[in-house]
Amino acid sequence: MSMRLYLWQRATAALMVPLVLVHIAVIFYATRNGMTAADILSRTRGSIVWASYYGLFVVAASIHASIGVRNVLAEWSPLTDRRAERLALAFGLLLAALGARAVYAVVLS
Amino acid sequence: MLGDLSVSLWRGGTEGRYETYSVPQRESQTVLDVVTFVQRHIDPTLSYRFACRVGVCGSCAMTVNGRPRWTCRTHVSKVAGSGRLEIGPLENLPVIKDLATDMEPFFEKWQKAQGVFAPTKTRHDEIEQVRPDSPARRLADAAIECINCGVCYAACDTVRWNQDYFGPAALTRAWTLVNDERDAGGTARLQAVATKGGCHSCHSHQSCQELCPQALNPTAAIAGLKRRTTAAYLKGEIKA
Repeated sequence: MSMRLYLWQRATAALMVPLVLVHIAVIFYATRNGMTAADILSRTRGSIVWASYYGLFVVAASIHASIGVRNVLAEWSPLTDRRAERLALAFGLLLAALGARAVYAVVLS
Repeated sequence: MLGDLSVSLWRGGTEGRYETYSVPQRESQTVLDVVTFVQRHIDPTLSYRFACRVGVCGSCAMTVNGRPRWTCRTHVSKVAGSGRLEIGPLENLPVIKDLATDMEPFFEKWQKAQGVFAPTKTRHDEIEQVRPDSPARRLADAAIECINCGVCYAACDTVRWNQDYFGPAALTRAWTLVNDERDAGGTARLQAVATKGGCHSCHSHQSCQELCPQALNPTAAIAGLKRRTTAAYLKGEIKA
């Protein structure tokens, strides 16, 4: 792994530590208080804070996961490094698109 | 007499097979004694490598019952409880013949990690005063006893999966020199270990420190290189 990829993966991991903790706390809060989907959507729709929070989460997770997948492919599959990088990039873009769609659904739709 | 051991030895090159021999078990017998017995009394064509027989030279490492070990310092009684031994060449290295591996890739990577001391003085200068209790010297001393036996290299999953990876021994050597205040190769060495195959490829599985016969901790040395290269990169001293 190149140093640049190493730093991106570690930086996004560090960024996701508080994001994951807040995300889990929100899940506990929502389920313990018996919130319905409508209750949740009424709080998230139009919220710049939640859009930024989960938007950042999606970007960090996409970068972090795609670098990890690139390493798995490079080390465990017969693919060349170049092909592994292209596949991992495609995977990262797919994650980002799916995540952006989810964020759009709960904040803007 | 303690009876006989059933000893399977790798025979051949990369393509080969295990052949089983019966070797008399003795008190205080090492795995190297067993291999030597086979060569001297059963099959003189058996090839293997050793020199000092006392854990100093690092040349007799082999795979013993699935784990890389110094055969000269491994007592049969500790590893062959069932009376069976399987001895093969070190993993992750090309097999020359039988139990002897080609160490060239190991030492080539040692060179790539710039494991050679870069002196700052000549023989005409005063001898450098180095405090043994300084933090840098303690870090350098922690790994200086590596004798390049190749056990960590054979034990490393990352070496197995990534042919470019320098391996624990080469990076540990680099870490020793990075902390040696008499050495002048600092930034160039950090650049060398920050390239493809360098310290950032390590997954920290820690097989190296688990199996190092010298009880060194290459994983900690590699973690140190990761920190030091990151700091150098953020300061603009090296390129990614």
